[in-house]
Amino acid sequence: MSNSTVTLKIDGVEITVPEGTMILKAATDNGIRIPTLCALEGLSNSGGCRLCLVEIAGSPKLFAACITPVSSGMVVTTNSERLKEYRKMTVQLLLSERTHVCSVCVANDHCELQSLANELGVDHVMFERKWTDYKIDSTHDFLVIDRNRCILCTRCIRVCDEIEGAHTLDLKMRGKDTQVIMDLDNNWGVSCSCTSCRKCAKVCPVGAIYVEEEPLARTKHKEIAEFLLARRRR
Amino acid sequence: MMAAAEKVKVATMWLSGCSGCHMSFLDMDELLIDLAAKIQVVYSPIADVKVFPEKVDVTLIEGAVANDEQLELLKQARERTKVLISLGDCAVTGNVPALRNAWGNSARLALERAYIENADVNKQIPTDVPELLEKVRPLHEVVKVDYYIPGCPPSAGVITYVLTELLAGRVPNMEGKCKYG
Repeated sequence: MSNSTVTLKIDGVEITVPEGTMILKAATDNGIRIPTLCALEGLSNSGGCRLCLVEIAGSPKLFAACITPVSSGMVVTTNSERLKEYRKMTVQLLLSERTHVCSVCVANDHCELQSLANELGVDHVMFERKWTDYKIDSTHDFLVIDRNRCILCTRCIRVCDEIEGAHTLDLKMRGKDTQVIMDLDNNWGVSCSCTSCRKCAKVCPVGAIYVEEEPLARTKHKEIAEFLLARRRR
Repeated sequence: MMAAAEKVKVATMWLSGCSGCHMSFLDMDELLIDLAAKIQVVYSPIADVKVFPEKVDVTLIEGAVANDEQLELLKQARERTKVLISLGDCAVTGNVPALRNAWGNSARLALERAYIENADVNKQIPTDVPELLEKVRPLHEVVKVDYYIPGCPPSAGVITYVLTELLAGRVPNMEGKCKYG
């Protein structure tokens, strides 16, 4: 990143940030909140969840704020009626894609998808729900994955690869059938690369990866990546 | 009786749910007294009325649609109601009753699980009860729904808010009030 700065407008506020900064970071650092599910400070950006979509004046397209760098004179809108509608639709698609039943979920009250649905006023899902029946993998000593609750944000995969350095987790299949796997699609209990560090459970925004018999409020620690990176820099 | 005729006619219905949403409705406590001045409950599991009446203003429905009797009741309620509200997660999403949707042949499997596998005595599937539907549906997949109150159960405060807004002729804004689970 060079030392030069860029000035742009986000929601009418003039903001100056270093060149190369992503719109999401520029907004967040200046107190403008854009809803996200896959973005996490300390990890690379994947642009997968599409909740941070913003409007940029002069283009009919929508842009994912987490992977779109700022440019000089850019005029960004983060919260128009159109964006609200798209975000509500995105949350509905996420809710319809797997078996999301908050009342019996380990993450009830500690779930980013649940709180986002609430915040955006998603009072029902207009799409027919796909009730998945993936087998729960509880073969690990204490880590459990329930793929029926996974939203494929890939935070677990990125934290495992980029922070822990193990790259135990990855994806298989495509589209709605995409699944998080361990090693070469083995049971978690026989993974030879997993260090049992729990970072995947700490950053999971929903109840897909959790620690057996541990209250989720204690497990969740999504600042872990940022925290460890800061320590390493010192 | 004349005063009652001017009140808003409200019905509540209990389909595949645990009755928790009705408990939450009753949890409005002393607010029910204010509400009673404005509404008349014309049909409800907590009122002894056998047939769903004609010309109901507002109907709150708890529970998902899981069998053919519930399907009929829901359609009848829709025909006879101006404003129909899905009350609680089962009505809004299918929730726990709909978990069986993940299996193929789910109606048969659910019955076998309940009445044969988990039964200690008289293992047999009942035949004199309404037929289970192959898939459990949220209300809006079957009829037109006007408003939704998610929650398992929805808090008394949210139910109060929605009813108060509707009685005042306003459209409730559910942002920040849709807590599933």
